[in-house]
Amino acid sequence: MNKTYEVDNTREVILNVGPQHPATHGVLRYVLKLDGERIVESDPQVGFLHRGLEKLAENMTYQQFNPYTDRLDYLAAMNNNFAYDIAVEKLLGIDKDIPPRAEYIRVIMAELGRIASHLVWLATHALDIGAMTVFLYCFREREYILDMYEMACGNRLTYNYIRIGGVARDLPEGFMDKLKEFVKLFPPRLKEYHTLLSKNRIWLKRTKDVGYISREDAINYGIAGPCTRGSGVDWDLRRDVPYSVYPELDFEVPVYPEGDVYARYLVRMDEMLQSNRILEQCIEKIPDGPVMIDDSRYVWDAKEKLMTENFSLMKHFVKVVKGIKAPPGEVYVGSENPKGELGFYIYSDGEGKPYRLKIRSPSFINISAMPKMLKGGYIADVISVIGSLDFVFGECDR
Amino acid sequence: MSNDEILGAIKAKFANAIKEVNEFRGDLTVKVDKDSLHDFMKFLHDDSSLKFDYLVMMTAIDFPEKEERFELVYVLRSIDNKAMISVKTSTKEDEPVDSVMDIWHSANWDERETYDMYGIKFNNHPDLRRILMPEDWTGYPLRKDYPLKGRPEDDTYLDKHLPNGQIKRPRHTRMPLS
Repeated sequence: MNKTYEVDNTREVILNVGPQHPATHGVLRYVLKLDGERIVESDPQVGFLHRGLEKLAENMTYQQFNPYTDRLDYLAAMNNNFAYDIAVEKLLGIDKDIPPRAEYIRVIMAELGRIASHLVWLATHALDIGAMTVFLYCFREREYILDMYEMACGNRLTYNYIRIGGVARDLPEGFMDKLKEFVKLFPPRLKEYHTLLSKNRIWLKRTKDVGYISREDAINYGIAGPCTRGSGVDWDLRRDVPYSVYPELDFEVPVYPEGDVYARYLVRMDEMLQSNRILEQCIEKIPDGPVMIDDSRYVWDAKEKLMTENFSLMKHFVKVVKGIKAPPGEVYVGSENPKGELGFYIYSDGEGKPYRLKIRSPSFINISAMPKMLKGGYIADVISVIGSLDFVFGECDR
Repeated sequence: MSNDEILGAIKAKFANAIKEVNEFRGDLTVKVDKDSLHDFMKFLHDDSSLKFDYLVMMTAIDFPEKEERFELVYVLRSIDNKAMISVKTSTKEDEPVDSVMDIWHSANWDERETYDMYGIKFNNHPDLRRILMPEDWTGYPLRKDYPLKGRPEDDTYLDKHLPNGQIKRPRHTRMPLS
């Protein structure tokens, strides 16, 4: 529903942008109240991609919902699987028993997803501001990651590979070689992007002191992930609320205090390098062993077992039709996604499907802070701010 | 900061308002009286030792069988103390709840969404309108008596109420689970 604005007709103008607009990165509509070229007030409107995922989740089993999480942030689908699965695992109480190889594979996938998502962000952000070349460079590297995802799970877009209790199957042959090649190749490529943008005069003019938000406001507005770290909040869920095998890995959390678009740009650039570091360590540390928890209450049995043992088959029917029995209780688990904190709140009443599942989506919250960042800026700054917030509408509208 | 320390600090100030304390998988959940919700939240935010300065999310859960139909859940986090707490409260269908937007601005869109999906009204919210659903939508989609397919008014769903007064939950059409 539209907000009604009072307009001083001699000076002020109401401008509608979207929902179909190439620079809105999806179906965002915003209404701006302008005084000349200055933004007095703005009202972002979302919901054009609402599919009712939370309602669907209440009506399906825990495993059935797993592929739906791909459709949240479709640029980093495996990170969403990861976030959902650690939430369900915590609810089931098996989060400490996941085999280490599975955890390492998950971390590899999550960090690759972070790099891939940040590459799309950089490509489109630069393209919006007018740097076409960066787009082509970034998509070249992203292609490597998509190839790796295709090797592991067969898909290039809605990659669904991480399961409750581990991952679907072990890594295919040749995956680790390809990964080693990638981690060697990526840092020099990242330097190339830096030479293209970081000291570019036009880039600096368009991003420095634009879309400012202070540390206090960033926390109060609930902004998550790279956007808060661009405002000087030293907060990363991987380090501060550790999950999976992140405590065993050594990485830094880049923090820049300036709070403008340029700071958020630097945070993401540094994060890609840190993700690369994590990948290097994962290659060294990844152990051998099973990739799925051995607990027939919660995960499918192996195919041979299903085909040869009657009891196993019976249990399989129950697990598929009624769902895995989660204990009554409620959990909230947040995980550090490329866009920010993606959290799942699950309320279970002891049945095979969640009684209530709420998705805490970082894009939704980040967009809600947009009016604060835009206020007082120029209309051209809207494009830089949108690019720097890096949202995806699959996740925002759910 | 451990859960016991948090609980101690809360109980010293709000012994009467707390109705229930739960701990599940290491997460602390406190249920408070609806009337003292705003004061309680203000205390959690402003207290210099607790400093719950980050509202992670808020939402509601629908229990159609209960008299106090909706349960509201707030998940709070303290950036400095690295602590987390869930605060819950219950409300009847037509009773508004105090908005916490003046404490955490991020409650703005969360409360709008809760209103959109459940029809819960919030006192003192400056801009309470639908957010994800279109403005002319009727009904509140995440209520348990709202059908999964179609709209509630054009109804294959008139048999919502079972003879014994229970409310039928919408089912997945392909796969009856119960």
